[in-house]
Amino acid sequence: MSALKIKKGSNKHSAYNLRPTFSDTIESHTLAIVVDNEPGVLARVIGLFSGRGYNIDSLTVAEIDHQGHQSRITIVTTGTPQVIEQIKAQLGRIVPVHDVHDLTVEGASVERELALLKVAGEGEKRVEALRLADIFRANVVDSTLDCFVFEITGTPDKIDAFADLMRPLGLSEIARTGVAALPRGR
Amino acid sequence: MVVQALKDQGVDVVFGYPGGAVLPIYDEVFQQNDIRHILVRHEQGAVHAAEGYARSTGKPGVVLVTSGPGATNAVTGLTDALMDSIPLVVLTGQVPTFMIGNDAFQEADTVGITRPCTKHNWLVSDTKKLSGTLHEAFHVATSGRPGPVLVDIPKDVQFASADYTPPQKARTDHYQPQVKGDMDEIQELVAALEKAKRPVFYTGGGVINSGPAASQLLRELVDATGVPITSTLMGLGAYPASGKHWIGMLGMHGLYEANMAMHDCDLMINIGARFDDRITGRVDAFSPGSKKAHIDIDPSSINKVIRTDIPIVGDVAHVLEDILKVWKSRGRKVNREGLQAWWAQIEDWKKVDCLAYTQSGKTIKPQHALARLEALTKGHDRYICTEVGQHQMWAAQYLTFEDPNRWMTSGGLGTMGYGFPASVGVQIAHPDALVINVAGEASWLMNMQELGTAAQYRLPVKQFILNNERLGMVRQWQELLHGERYSHSWSEALPDFVKLAEAFGAKGILCKDPADLDDAIMEMINYDGPVLFDCLVEKHENCFPMIPSGEPHNKMLLGEASTKDAIGSKGAVMV
Repeated sequence: MSALKIKKGSNKHSAYNLRPTFSDTIESHTLAIVVDNEPGVLARVIGLFSGRGYNIDSLTVAEIDHQGHQSRITIVTTGTPQVIEQIKAQLGRIVPVHDVHDLTVEGASVERELALLKVAGEGEKRVEALRLADIFRANVVDSTLDCFVFEITGTPDKIDAFADLMRPLGLSEIARTGVAALPRGR
Repeated sequence: MVVQALKDQGVDVVFGYPGGAVLPIYDEVFQQNDIRHILVRHEQGAVHAAEGYARSTGKPGVVLVTSGPGATNAVTGLTDALMDSIPLVVLTGQVPTFMIGNDAFQEADTVGITRPCTKHNWLVSDTKKLSGTLHEAFHVATSGRPGPVLVDIPKDVQFASADYTPPQKARTDHYQPQVKGDMDEIQELVAALEKAKRPVFYTGGGVINSGPAASQLLRELVDATGVPITSTLMGLGAYPASGKHWIGMLGMHGLYEANMAMHDCDLMINIGARFDDRITGRVDAFSPGSKKAHIDIDPSSINKVIRTDIPIVGDVAHVLEDILKVWKSRGRKVNREGLQAWWAQIEDWKKVDCLAYTQSGKTIKPQHALARLEALTKGHDRYICTEVGQHQMWAAQYLTFEDPNRWMTSGGLGTMGYGFPASVGVQIAHPDALVINVAGEASWLMNMQELGTAAQYRLPVKQFILNNERLGMVRQWQELLHGERYSHSWSEALPDFVKLAEAFGAKGILCKDPADLDDAIMEMINYDGPVLFDCLVEKHENCFPMIPSGEPHNKMLLGEASTKDAIGSKGAVMV
């Protein structure tokens, strides 16, 4: 990132142009936002996205520091580079927002999502579902005689792939948490 | 406790309207003499009055209204203040905490409704947090890019008592926007300024918000470098209109020379403006050959609309100080030859004389009315407010501003009904000044109830109404862009403004003959009390110059003659 005059992890310069031109390509970015855990803070973040017409592909939020009243919101969003820069700058403007990190441009990061899938079936289909679950390292967290609930953790792509395989085998319900992400290294 | 917090924040005036859910605070207000309460006639008026107070003093405006309808009536003013970056602290009453969510009488989800139209808002659920939150509210409203904040206080929280948190102990460290600009970028800007052949300063309301020092530094920088300067509607007065390097306001109804300079420049230095669509016109044809620098305290303004080559996040005054320092230490260089040719070009554009008009016959031209108002009030300690529409643009074109904080207008939101209550707020802050609200009859009627406020407090505000019996700007667009189909743009059933003024105990003046205009204006100035000046003007006058929407700066319409060709064939497709 040196040519762009941006220090890694810096959000002070988040409004600066990251790319040589305003490109029209749509990119997907994962943003990690540390906020004060106060009433309405999530509404402020979501209201910003809806009010200004930005996309939310996935969103997760939970308190991460009970003593310090801080929560972490992870948002996966899409847009042109200019829109992504605007989103970060607009998020940074919200008073209870402490930090906005664009994990997609700030170096390598780890992304994980958890999903629960209910698969109903009998006979060979039921056995096949169990076999595939094993390959995907999904765990069986509940079972009845005619259905399983699988728990799977991984990147959104991996969960998509697993869900696609389960669909013909009797997938009846799915619940996904959305992405949680952390940068690699210190 | 609320009153104590306001006192500690240096508040001397509150604009408000009482109601059930704020009675405990009003009870406190009653029992003290340090803070003056101005009773408006509508909560929207309270917020606009506070805006006028804030813009003319540089201090935050304070509003106190009740829950439910009191809060919802304040929403337009909050949005207006957010768009124009005006610091306001609005206190609303709320139903008691144990009744919130029960659809109680006069309950509204105030923090929910006002979340997108405030910089930040708080619902105070515990009296222990009340004073600290109020101090935090003042801090947020006034630091960084200023804006309106709202504190919603349930009635039981108002009644309960708790320890008072003084301002010094309030939580403010979490919100500290960056004020110093990046030195590398400032060096780059100065280097570009030294070389530029056709530079232009494009300044905005941010210079005025930054404080008097910013205007002073701007004047120093402009006069030392000899670079031409234009300004947005919001920035008028930061650089004096009589200044040698002033080339007039830019934008949709800006001056020909200013817009041409923006289009043809090779270095554009945006100071505290935000590339609003009324300024840029067609974005992809906006100033195609220029390098662009942008100084703004709000990082989200940079690269939002126009790609910036030299972005500087910081407070205008701090950044200008650094620019001047760097420029002087590098030997005060500018491209003299380039500037000379550039100024020759600008002088050529000025010869177009885009504001020329002919006053003839028995009807007053609105431009003439304002030119006379300008001539007759120029020497006064004068503050100008406006409503929104043609009169607003004419006021910006024909009145001149020598100092910041003298011009109050609704720029971003374009709120009809802003000007009259704003003039009330300005007059409260400057009791001895000449405060004039240039209005259209339709805008003025939108908040005419504030005539009661003006009369009650004997505020000598002058309401200068350019009455064309039309929604003039709407009519103009319908003429130029909608095939002269004047859909609902008449002001039918207008009141007799002289009688209306008298009904409120104010003075009314009617003027329709150009020959009487000067005397009538003098009568208005000399009357010690509120005046409603009904100036009947030419009904079909259009406001020029004009950049039609969707066109670049060099495609201006200059007047009746040029509109015939430019609009006739392709008007319908313009937006």
